[in-house]
Amino acid sequence: MAVLEITQQIDARGLSCPMPIVKTAQAVKVLPSGAAIEVLATDAGSVKDMAAWCRTTGHTLVDQTSDGAVYRFVIVLK
Amino acid sequence: MDEPLNLVLFSGTDDKLQAAAVLTAGAAALGKPVNIFLQYWALDAFRADRIASDHGLAPEAGAAGRAAVDALAAAGQAAWAETLRQAKDLGGVDIEACSLSMDLLHLDQADLDPLVDGVEGVTAFYLAAGDGQVVFI
Repeated sequence: MAVLEITQQIDARGLSCPMPIVKTAQAVKVLPSGAAIEVLATDAGSVKDMAAWCRTTGHTLVDQTSDGAVYRFVIVLK
Repeated sequence: MDEPLNLVLFSGTDDKLQAAAVLTAGAAALGKPVNIFLQYWALDAFRADRIASDHGLAPEAGAAGRAAVDALAAAGQAAWAETLRQAKDLGGVDIEACSLSMDLLHLDQADLDPLVDGVEGVTAFYLAAGDGQVVFI
């Protein structure tokens, strides 16, 4: 699999629910289809929220990792 | 997701306004339209000269609840007005003051924070609400 080139990183660390999703939604409004973004968050709720947001909006959550403190999401925009 | 979420805000304490702001921001992030109708003490909290003030908490919060809310704010949680500004930035969020409550509180729209888009009656609110859920907070 080719390595995705991240178009934009969204640093939502330290933000409480629902701001990681809000910041992500704000950022993607100006990005083109097919762009890949990386979101960093510390809100534990963002794990389910990001998946739900992608399902509803049609974007693809292609990778999700965590080191126990920071959650990292990679999303490809529809 | 086309039907709007319709929030009637009655209570003017910071905890209930925060909960409403979170519901609004989440819906806006999903592209769901949100109509907010401000009545009574919630409307009073949107006065331009008071929106950043401490509006207290619901009685059930008690001292422990107060401490928990303060701790979350100290950890960087955005104030409800800021959360609403971010939600409005996403689009689809309309905040209207109830005209009866405007009379009750002797307010003009110039007295309100710019977050408030206008003044309307309950019939206009229901028209905008369509078949979407109406939630009273």
